[in-house]
Amino acid sequence: MAKKNDLGIRGWFYAGRYGPQRYAYTIQRITGLSIIVYLLIHVFVTGSKIFGGETWNRVVIDGLVGNPVLHIGEFLLFMAVLIHGVNGFRLMLVELGFFLGKPIRNIYPYETCLDRNRGFLYICGVVIAALAAVGVGDFFKFI
Amino acid sequence: MGNNNNDNNSAVKIVKNIAFRIYRWDGANPDDAPQMKVYEVPVYKGMTVLEGLIYIKHYLDQSISYRASCRMGVCGSCGMMINGKPLLACQQQILKLETDTVELRPLANYPVVKDLVPDLTRMIVTHQAIKPFIIRRETPPEEIGGEFHQSVEELVNYLQFSYCIKCGMCMSACPTVGSLPEFHGPQPLGQALRYINDTRDEGFEDRLAVMDTAEGIFRCHFAGACSEACPKGIDPAFAIQLLKGEIVRRGIFRKKAGASAALMPLTQENPPRRENIPTPPPRTVE
Ligand code: SF4
Ligand code: FES
Repeated sequence: MAKKNDLGIRGWFYAGRYGPQRYAYTIQRITGLSIIVYLLIHVFVTGSKIFGGETWNRVVIDGLVGNPVLHIGEFLLFMAVLIHGVNGFRLMLVELGFFLGKPIRNIYPYETCLDRNRGFLYICGVVIAALAAVGVGDFFKFI
Repeated sequence: MGNNNNDNNSAVKIVKNIAFRIYRWDGANPDDAPQMKVYEVPVYKGMTVLEGLIYIKHYLDQSISYRASCRMGVCGSCGMMINGKPLLACQQQILKLETDTVELRPLANYPVVKDLVPDLTRMIVTHQAIKPFIIRRETPPEEIGGEFHQSVEELVNYLQFSYCIKCGMCMSACPTVGSLPEFHGPQPLGQALRYINDTRDEGFEDRLAVMDTAEGIFRCHFAGACSEACPKGIDPAFAIQLLKGEIVRRGIFRKKAGASAALMPLTQENPPRRENIPTPPPRTVE
C-alpha cells in the first residue's frame, strides 16, 4: 500500500525557497479567484434590479454606495484586477515562448529561462506599482 | 566507525554531529501514523545527505528505506525533500545546508511506498505516453540506411532537454501538480519538446493527443519551480512554454509537422580505420 503525499493547495504557498516567478504564480491564482468571487457577488447584487427600482435603491444606493468598508473592498478589487491584468499580459507573452531566450547548453551553474525572464517580471512590477500609486490617489482622494 | 571517529587513525575529520529528522512510515503497516525519527550523524567535510543515510542504515537503524544507486547525480533515484526542497541526496552536501538539523521527507506529490521511497509511476506512465523516441512517418529508423545531418544550432535546440534523468523532482516542486494530480507535469511535457525540437522527428501529431488536453501543457501557469528544482539544468518550464508557442503557431499557420534534417547516405560500407586507433580487446564472452 502507498500513502498519498500531494502538497495540494498548500503547495501554492510553499514558495519561500523558490524565485519570484513562483510568488507571481500564487498571487495570480489568488487575485484570479478573488475576481471570480467578486463577479458572482456583483451579478447577484446587480440582479436586484429585476425586483424593481425600489429594491435597487434600497440595496445599491442606500446599502452600498458610500459604505467605507465597501470602498476599501473596491480598492482591493482594483488592485486584484491591476495585478492580474498586468501579470496576465506577461504570462500571455511568456506562454507563447517570448522573452524566455533560446535553448542553451546546460553547463553548471545552470541558467534557466526564469533568469532570462526576470527583467520582464520586474518591469511588470514597476508598472503595477505606478498604476497602484495612481489608484491610491484616486480612491482615497489625495489628488 | 562510530561517533568517536575523531581519533588520529581516522582518514576523515568529523566536523560536527548533525541530527537527521527522517520521515518513517511503512506501507506494510498502513494504519500506523507517519513518524519523524531523529538520528545523530557525525558529519565530515564534503559528506552528502546520501552518505548520511548510508551511515544511518549501517550503524543506527537497518529498517530505514531510501532509493539510491549511482551516488553521483546520474541515475535520478535519490530525489527527496531535504529541508523542504526537492534535492538529490547524493548531490547535496550536508554542511552546505548550513543547518543543525536535516529534515528528510519523501518526494512530495507522489505516493509514499515506505519511508523515503516514493512511487514514481505517475510520471513514468505519462513519460511513456508522450513517446520519448524519434518517430519517422514512412521508413522506420533502423531501415533508413544513412545518417541525418544536423547543424550545431539544431543540436543545441534540443540538447539541453535531453539530459533528463527522470528523477521526478520537477514534479514535486510544481505547485500545479500538487493541487491537480491529473496534470501531466513538467517532466513528460518537457520531454515532449525534446523530441519535437529534434529535426529528425516527425511525431508532433502523435504527441499532441497527450500534450494538448485538459491535463496537458495549457495547465502550466509558469510558476517556474520545476526549472529551479531540476538538478540537470533541463529547464522544463522553458520547454513547456516553447511547446505552447509551437502548438499555437502550428494551429494558426496550419504548418505541417515533418522532419527537416537532410539524410546523408553512408558512402562506404566499411569506412577505413585510422591507423592510430587501437583495436578492441578480444571478446571474453560468447
Ligand atoms: S526534468 Fe530535471 S527534475 Fe525533472 S525528471 Fe528530468 S532531470 Fe529530474
Ligand atoms: S544516487 Fe543516483 S542520482 Fe543520487
